[in-house]
Amino acid sequence: MKELIRMFLTFARIGGLTFGGGYAMLPMLQREVVEKHKWATEEELMDYYAIGQCTPGVIAVNTATFVGRSKRGIPGAIFATAGVIFPSFVIISIIAAVLANFADIPAVQYAFAGIRVCVCVLIFNAVVKLFKKSVVDAVSGIIFLGVLLVSVIFDVTPIIIVPIAAVVGIAVQVWRCKKK
Amino acid sequence: MIYLQLFWEFFKTGLFAVGGGMATVPFLYDISARRGWFTEAQLADMIAVADSTPGPIGVNMATYVGYTSAGFFGSLIATLALVLPSVIVVLIVAKILQAFKENFYVKSAFFALRPASTGLIAAAGCTVAAISVLNIPLFRETGAILDILNIPALILAAVLLVLTNIKPVKKLHPVFFIVFSAVVGIVFKFGA
Repeated sequence: MKELIRMFLTFARIGGLTFGGGYAMLPMLQREVVEKHKWATEEELMDYYAIGQCTPGVIAVNTATFVGRSKRGIPGAIFATAGVIFPSFVIISIIAAVLANFADIPAVQYAFAGIRVCVCVLIFNAVVKLFKKSVVDAVSGIIFLGVLLVSVIFDVTPIIIVPIAAVVGIAVQVWRCKKK
Repeated sequence: MIYLQLFWEFFKTGLFAVGGGMATVPFLYDISARRGWFTEAQLADMIAVADSTPGPIGVNMATYVGYTSAGFFGSLIATLALVLPSVIVVLIVAKILQAFKENFYVKSAFFALRPASTGLIAAAGCTVAAISVLNIPLFRETGAILDILNIPALILAAVLLVLTNIKPVKKLHPVFFIVFSAVVGIVFKFGA
């Protein structure tokens, strides 16, 4: 039980002190999980991290679940995962409650109209970064463009697009293998 | 029963959002369009808050959207529903770690899932652009093509685009750019 609580607290510290999620969390995970508590080796952590990107959901949560499980089974997975989401939960609930009371003030509305422009630019930058990593050839370029156009023009739900993309990926790679 | 609906919507988001960070955003725009629990503008504000507070962006978004939709229990249910599929998938995958990593079908699926996820996020970006740097209601009213451009917002966007991509400044945390934009918004009365 002691170690489970320590796991919760450690992952709560990781969740509460890293801004920007996912990738920003890696150095902190290395320090806490590998160097301080020795819950995983450097290689294991990199493995979890890599697979965390290949499983659905939030990468930081996936990594926490992996580390927790490998050390203490399912209870470990639950405590580590609960730890990593706990700070977000508390901080955001407070902000949401506070901001809801100020939403009607004109100055707050002007501020958020400005902030939305910034969000637009931040998303654009994120897309550029992801594009460089995910669009590696003509086929992935077509998939990117196709998904973008289909969702903008026809407003298709991503819940349909994602499974179709997975099937397309498998079909394309099987076909490429056969051609060789 | 909004709690059940919230659970179901966020479970699907957790299951299908691939690639972390902003990957949940397109799903949330989809929820906004279908359920009407929050507006597109509110969602853009929530992205700003989620990006400038500690913790994973996806989790922050779920908590915030849940709270906006159905108060404290809404945030609790949305957050748990978002992480539940990943916990289940990870617990299954952990047993076959190496086999999963090397699996041909998994690799092939992700070959397409990565650009698809990027495309979805780009589409969500277009939605934000439509409400932040364009002025579609004014254009519909006047019919003048130039009215569709929100000039002050476009200037701010251009400045931010440069600032977030030139060497010494781009390393700054997004919260600096968000605060800067808030100040510009107040000074120039954006959206008034």
